[in-house]
Amino acid sequence: MAIEKLETYQDERLPLVITKQESRLYMSFIYVAFIALLIGGLMGLLQVLVRSGHFTLPAGIDYYQVLTVHGVILALVLTTFFIIGFQFALMGKTVGISDRQRRLGWLSFWTMTIGTAITATTILLGKASVLYTFYAPLQAHPAFYIGLTLVIVGSWIAAFVNFHQLAVWKKKHPGEKSPLLAFMVCINMAMWLICSIGVAVSVLFHIIPWSLGWIPSINVLLSRTLFWYFGHPLVYFWLLPAYMAWYAIIPKIIGGKIFSDALARLSFVLFLFFSIPVGLHHQLTEPGLDSTWKFIQVVLTLMVVIPSLMTAFSMFATFEITGRKKGYGGLFGWLKHLPWKDVRFVAPFVGMLAFIPGGAGGIINASHQMNSLVHNTIWVTGHFHLTVATTVVLTFFGVAYWLIPHLTGRTLTKSINNLGLVQTYLWAIGMTIMSAAMHIQGLLGGPRRSNFSDYGGTEQAAEWGWYQLAQAIGGSILFIAIILMVYIVAKLAFFAPKGEEEFPIAEEEENAEPTPMWLENWKLWIAITIALILFAYTVPIMDVIQNAPPGSPPFDWPIGNS
Amino acid sequence: MHIHKFEKYWLIAGIGGLIVFLVILGFGAFYLGTHPQSHGIVIDPENIEANEAFKKENLGLHEIGDGKYVLNVVASAFNYDLGVDEDGKPVKHIQIPKDSKVLIQATTPDVIHGFNIAGTNANMMVEPGYISSMEVTFKKPGEYTLVCNEYCGTGHHLMYATVEVVE
Repeated sequence: MAIEKLETYQDERLPLVITKQESRLYMSFIYVAFIALLIGGLMGLLQVLVRSGHFTLPAGIDYYQVLTVHGVILALVLTTFFIIGFQFALMGKTVGISDRQRRLGWLSFWTMTIGTAITATTILLGKASVLYTFYAPLQAHPAFYIGLTLVIVGSWIAAFVNFHQLAVWKKKHPGEKSPLLAFMVCINMAMWLICSIGVAVSVLFHIIPWSLGWIPSINVLLSRTLFWYFGHPLVYFWLLPAYMAWYAIIPKIIGGKIFSDALARLSFVLFLFFSIPVGLHHQLTEPGLDSTWKFIQVVLTLMVVIPSLMTAFSMFATFEITGRKKGYGGLFGWLKHLPWKDVRFVAPFVGMLAFIPGGAGGIINASHQMNSLVHNTIWVTGHFHLTVATTVVLTFFGVAYWLIPHLTGRTLTKSINNLGLVQTYLWAIGMTIMSAAMHIQGLLGGPRRSNFSDYGGTEQAAEWGWYQLAQAIGGSILFIAIILMVYIVAKLAFFAPKGEEEFPIAEEEENAEPTPMWLENWKLWIAITIALILFAYTVPIMDVIQNAPPGSPPFDWPIGNS
Repeated sequence: MHIHKFEKYWLIAGIGGLIVFLVILGFGAFYLGTHPQSHGIVIDPENIEANEAFKKENLGLHEIGDGKYVLNVVASAFNYDLGVDEDGKPVKHIQIPKDSKVLIQATTPDVIHGFNIAGTNANMMVEPGYISSMEVTFKKPGEYTLVCNEYCGTGHHLMYATVEVVE
């Protein structure tokens, strides 16, 4: 019997069982992520209220301090912790984790958590109101940068553990293709490692010594260019785990199969290529970078349209094929079969819908000339509240509904599921109001990252005020949705009935064409990625260094830190 | 690798659209010269007055020929220096005749700022060490708000002026 079972396992690649010890590690990351959601969400609420013009912060708290907390804790902490916890769970389920790897996982967790605590304390003491982009020559207290560095270093430990997990599996299964989800996790971590080296170099050798007074001045443009070398892949680091759920988990939830294993892998490889050599499109209106190189990176940026189209096709093909198999005919009849009452599907699906305007807005932002119309206006804020704060976040919530009970040995009950549906709709309504108001106000010229101001009483500023009021309404609805989500997470983690919740991993069609082995040619993919980076960045960086103006000393007084 | 027939159509249409889009952007940028601002002109941020354009007396709007103007601006935390009027008071409101060509030149002695005449294409980053410049023609009369749209510190939202385009 035992042998027979083993054979079944090897033939069908049944996913592994996650042990209690592993669960504790994965859940630790997820707890921090949802604590971050609560704190960051509260900061967001304060911001929209202040910007409505009808509320002032108590106790001398500065608006920009609140804004810094919001950006750091949501864009950097929530995302990174959830992603690493989720990815660890995916690896544990598909390729397994050894005791040693798990211990290194804890090292990763504690390094990141201590880093977060250091950075958070510095911000709360009012010593680091530099926002999450920390553009020099604004100077925060060195502890702010040191904390962030620890978060990055901790994430690197997780990356190496993930690579090692896949390598161990491959050694045990020579000549076989790797499990799709493990392949995807390793692509995402490879991208993360390559891009975060840029910001790590900038922070370690440039910003920290300068903030400590060891070097008198800084090359501002170089630090910005290295930041954006990291800053754009950062958004794909958020997005790809959502794509993992879309490609390989959602099909199972709706009762279907993976549309194409090979195309899913190819799209991830394309994301690896075209996520990094593109950062200059965040710097289009800057005076010190050459226009031709800006344009070249704009072209490389827009290459991500291709894997994005592939993803959109795969999603809807899976939906349609599954529906037709279940006997729903007609042009759109197959839409009816989708589980519209299952929050594990509905939350990510709303996220997918948000990505349609989100992606279109992104094309506008990256479009060389059109960027001038919206650069640094609140349109941009509206844009990434659709992409990261709706598409990515709702997909993560969609994952949390089954992952948390799976790891804590509980179940997603009908009533929690329904509460989740309410949560999703509240999020959709709140975000539609807030993001639409931000987009329109941005087109009218309203600036981003700004405390309430009547700008000397101009007519334009008065017009912006109405949109800021709408943002306050949308933002308040979103905050209610956040409270609800935190309640759901607490319920799933500690109070839901004990039981077994499924870890949904979709399979391929039985007659699916085999995935070509060249897709696993890691050396080639990394080599192409590095070649593209060298092509896109060598000349601009040399130019920035060789034609540098005199450097800038640190400025701490503008952020109230002198 | 197998690619579904419909997916081929979808990708061909999508990639075709992308190519057309990029060609239009490239045509605009390289043939019509609509690149975003970028000149790479450097300046010592601790001695900006060494540059003629940013000497105290040259700040603000100056007519240099028929219908042509230069607007020199120093952005600093948290103020746009547009020169002084006859009474020696700082200028916070400038009037530009409609349809005139204005060369905007801006720099900063301290941190990064934004320079956006809201509702127009005049949108630039201003960074220490560089001169940001672009030529703009204002075609629509009205009052526009000049705002700092890059975070520069606790007074970021108090950094503004007004630009009036007059008939």
